[in-house]
Parts: sequence; C-alpha cells; structure tokens
Amino acid sequence: MSQPESAVADAQAGGRSGQEPLAKLAERYGLRRAIARPRFLVYVRQLAERRHFILTYATSRNVSKYSSSALGQLWQVLTPLLNAAIYYVMFGIVLGGRDGVENYPAFLLIGIFVFTYTQRSVTAGAKSISGNLSLIRALHFPRAALPLAYTIQELQQLAISMGVLVLIVFITAEVPTWYWLMIPVVLILQTMFNVGAGLVMARLGSSMRDLNQLLPFITRTWLYASGVFFSIQDKVVETADLPQWVATAMYLNPAASYIEWMRDIFIYKHTPPPMVWMACVFWAVFALCFGFWYFWRAEERYGRG
Amino acid sequence: MADLTEELAKVKGEEPAVPSKDVRVHPDPEPAKGPLDVPTGTPTVIVDDLHIVYRVYGAASESEKGNAVNAFMRIVKRQGRPQMKEVHAVKGVSFVAYHGDAIGVVGRNGSGKSTLLRAIAGLLPPHSGAVYTDGQPSLLGVNAALMRELTGERNIILGCYAMGMTPAEVREKYQEIVDFSGIDEFVQLPMSTYSSGMGARLRFAISSAKTHDVLLIDEALATGDREFRKKSEQRIRQIRESAGTVFLVAHDLRVIQQTCNRVIWLHKGKIKMDGDPKEVLAAYTKG
Repeated sequence: MSQPESAVADAQAGGRSGQEPLAKLAERYGLRRAIARPRFLVYVRQLAERRHFILTYATSRNVSKYSSSALGQLWQVLTPLLNAAIYYVMFGIVLGGRDGVENYPAFLLIGIFVFTYTQRSVTAGAKSISGNLSLIRALHFPRAALPLAYTIQELQQLAISMGVLVLIVFITAEVPTWYWLMIPVVLILQTMFNVGAGLVMARLGSSMRDLNQLLPFITRTWLYASGVFFSIQDKVVETADLPQWVATAMYLNPAASYIEWMRDIFIYKHTPPPMVWMACVFWAVFALCFGFWYFWRAEERYGRG
Repeated sequence: MADLTEELAKVKGEEPAVPSKDVRVHPDPEPAKGPLDVPTGTPTVIVDDLHIVYRVYGAASESEKGNAVNAFMRIVKRQGRPQMKEVHAVKGVSFVAYHGDAIGVVGRNGSGKSTLLRAIAGLLPPHSGAVYTDGQPSLLGVNAALMRELTGERNIILGCYAMGMTPAEVREKYQEIVDFSGIDEFVQLPMSTYSSGMGARLRFAISSAKTHDVLLIDEALATGDREFRKKSEQRIRQIRESAGTVFLVAHDLRVIQQTCNRVIWLHKGKIKMDGDPKEVLAAYTKG
C-alpha cells in the first residue's frame, strides 16, 4: 500500500484522534460491523435458511447449462455414456483391462460415474467463489451456499447417471439384491465428502488463481490412482509387482473407497470389508467438518478478488 | 435524550476539525429540512476511516508483454504478477448516517460511489477502517443472481430466493413483480429474448420487492421508458418511507434533489463535501 493519497487520508484520520473515536460511538448505539463473521453454529443455521436458494440455484444452473443445445438435458445421460463407451474400447478391449474382471461393463461404469461425481464437485467447487464475484459483491448470503449449490448440481447429474447405471447393470444380467439398499448410504457418504472437498477447493480457488489450471492434472492423477478402469489389486500387486501397501494406500483414497463399496453392492454382492466402509465414513465426516470450518474461517474475505 | 443530542453535536462538530482543504458543510442537527421530513435520530450507519482496496487481475501493462519467458523471469526474480494491480477505490471515508436520512451520493465515474455502497452493505471487506450498521443493509441489485438463459418466471423465483425470501413470500410477491415490471406474457420466455428495457424493468421489479432496514440504491433509475421511470421513482419513495436510512447513487441530480435530505460528494475516493443537498449540488455542478 503505497499510494500517496492513502498517506494523506491516514494523516486525516490521525488528526481526529483527539475526539471520541467513531468505533466507540458505534459501540454505544449497539451498531455492529457490517462485515463480521457469524459464529460457526449461527453460520450453519443461516445456511440452512438459504436452502431454497441453494436448491433453486443448482436446478437453474443445470437447466441453463444445456439450454443452447438441441438435445437439451438429454446430454446429462449422453455425456457419461459416451465417456464410458470410450473407456470401454480403450482400456477394456484394446489394453485388455477386462481380462479377469467380473462383469467389466458394470465395473467400468460404476468407477466412472462415482469418480466423475467427486471429480466434478471438486472442480466446480474451485470455481464457485472465483467465478461468482459479481454475485458475492451484490447480495448478502452465507458464501458456503455457492459451493454447496455446485455440489447439489452435480448430485442431480449423478442421479440421472445412477438411473442409467441400474439399467445397464440389469442388462448385463445382475439381479437386484438386498445389498442395493446400501446405495443411498454410499451416496450420502460420498455427497458429504464432496461437499467438504468442494468447500475446501472453493476457499483455495478464491485466492489461488492458478488452481483452475492445475486441477485437471491433479484429478487425472487421482483418476488413475483410484482404479476406475482396472482392479487395483490385480494391476498394482500382481502385474506391476509393487508391495501390498501401495495397493492398500490406493484403496484408502476417498474416491477408490466409494467406488469399491459400490462395486461390492452391484457386482460382488457382499458387504464391504471393514477397511472400505470405515474409510468411506471417515472421509465423509472428516471432509465435511473440516471443509465447513475451513471455508467459514475466511467468510468475510470472499469477494475481495 | 439530552445525552443523545450532546452526542450528536459532538460527532457533527468534530468532523470539520479534520485538517483538510476540502469544504465540509454539515446538515442541521435540528430536524432535517428537505423533501423527506423526518427528524434525525440515532445513528444507523457509521463509516469509520474506511479504505477499500481492490485487486484487479488481467490488466497487463504495455511494457510487460504477456509471454511465457517473461512470466518465468518474473518467478525467478521473485516479482509479483504485473497483471495484478491494486486499486485504492475508497481512501479514508468517515461519516455518520442517522435514522430517516436519505443520503445522495454524487461524484464522477470511478470516484468510488458503488464501492462505498458495497462496503456499507458488508459485501466488500475493508482494507482498513470499519463500517458499523444497525441491522443488515441491503443493496438494491439482484442482477448478478439472474440467468439469461432462463425464463422470466424462473428468474423471478431465483432472484427472490437469492434475496433471502421464503417460499411463502415468493408466492405472495410473484404476481406483484410480474404486474409491476409490465412484461406480461414475456414472463414465459427466456430473459435473453428480452429487450434491454424489459430486462431492466424485470430486474428492478424483483430487487425492489423486498423491504429493507438500510437500503442502498445504485443507479436504479437510469433504466426503462418514461412511464416506468415514474413508476420506479414512486416505488423508491415508498421503500424509503419504510426503510430507516436510504443511500442513493445517481447521476441524475434532479432525482437526488427530489429525494434526499443530505448529499455526500465523493471525489477520487474521498469525501469532498458532505451536507445540505442545495449547497453540495451547487458546488458539484460548478466544480
């Protein structure tokens, strides 16, 4: 801060110091700072009061996103399907990923849909503050509403993908089982994780401008580390001959955990091993709590650009 | 009450003591004259030596060509990004606004009017200094929340929620907003198909549908045809009567003279004059 004008202004402010400061006057009349961070619980309550805005904003964004294309919201189904088709040809057939994997189409689709949900939430979260500065500078609302709305937008997208998934799993001859009742549980846990991760990315993205350039590389690395189109155990330990702990570490990453649980439900038809469901619960609770706390800590600073 | 008047006299008396070549005229501590005849009461907004600094990205200067080699050399030399500029928009503004005040803010483009309003609304964090308010000031501006690709109907609902209304309030206000904006059956069409006047009317209708404690109006009257301008001036008067304090930024000085009992003249981020509309506006049009 070295503008000469500010020096003059500072001198002016200093010249008034003999009288009662305005801050004291404000205190006497019970006025509060216009920009003050509410306490954490108050903040969460304010956010809950804005649930209608969050939902409407998410839905509106989804509607407007496809409004210029002829097929409209059909793209919400087509995009994941086309992606899956490409991966199936490349990794399943050409590179032989389907060898030794039970029901590879279902295996692949689960991996892609579940991973995409987390990946898109993280990417959208990083843009949710920096891409909405005009909104932040015009209206008053808990800023966490924005990353939250972006995650909900992705959840709406996932709901459609899951419909497609169930259909394909039917076609590939899996019968519904009682294990399918666990699907909502996994989705809720994954959503908790995505909300938390989105909030952390939103704060990082609001101050680190280069994050958006860097994110595609991070998410791609994450994609390969999560066993989306191959079985981690087969490729890492048996084919590449790496030690077991590498595979275990990969299984414990949040995206891989949620993918594994979903595959257990749809394909292997058993309850997940304790390691998987414990990782899922841990990541969900940890990300949500830390994400909210971390985002809330900078609440009054969003919007400075 | 005696305590209170003493307080006011103290606050108002202290400001001309600021060592500055700027002229400062202050409104009468007695009931304010002017079109809105409300006595000055307790302070509602106190702005204490406020500085606002914006960071602006992407404004590369001529000397610095934006190529990769230069970017790399900058990192090696540990220089900051040249594209990042700091703009000192508000430089040490202090004033006290009272209950029933309608304050006009005038100044040339880029003098910091809008920035000051946003800071009062608590939307821009101060670089130093502080803004103290009674209740939550709100900016009359919902434009940023609306989406051009969506229908007017959806945008009304979205805008109302963005301002913090409940579903019941939205249902109640919906027809009123449609009627006031006068867009009729266009409400079913996307906003991108609207003429600029229609869009402006709808935006004003949405953002003025809510009642406020401290209301900040930024250039809301500069839009629409004559009939709509009349309608919206009337609406602003209504809002002002129910609000505690109103701030109005406008380039149309006639509007300010008609509606305000106090005018603040901002020049290059500082208060050049603050006081009775007649005197300040006379000086402003001259200078």
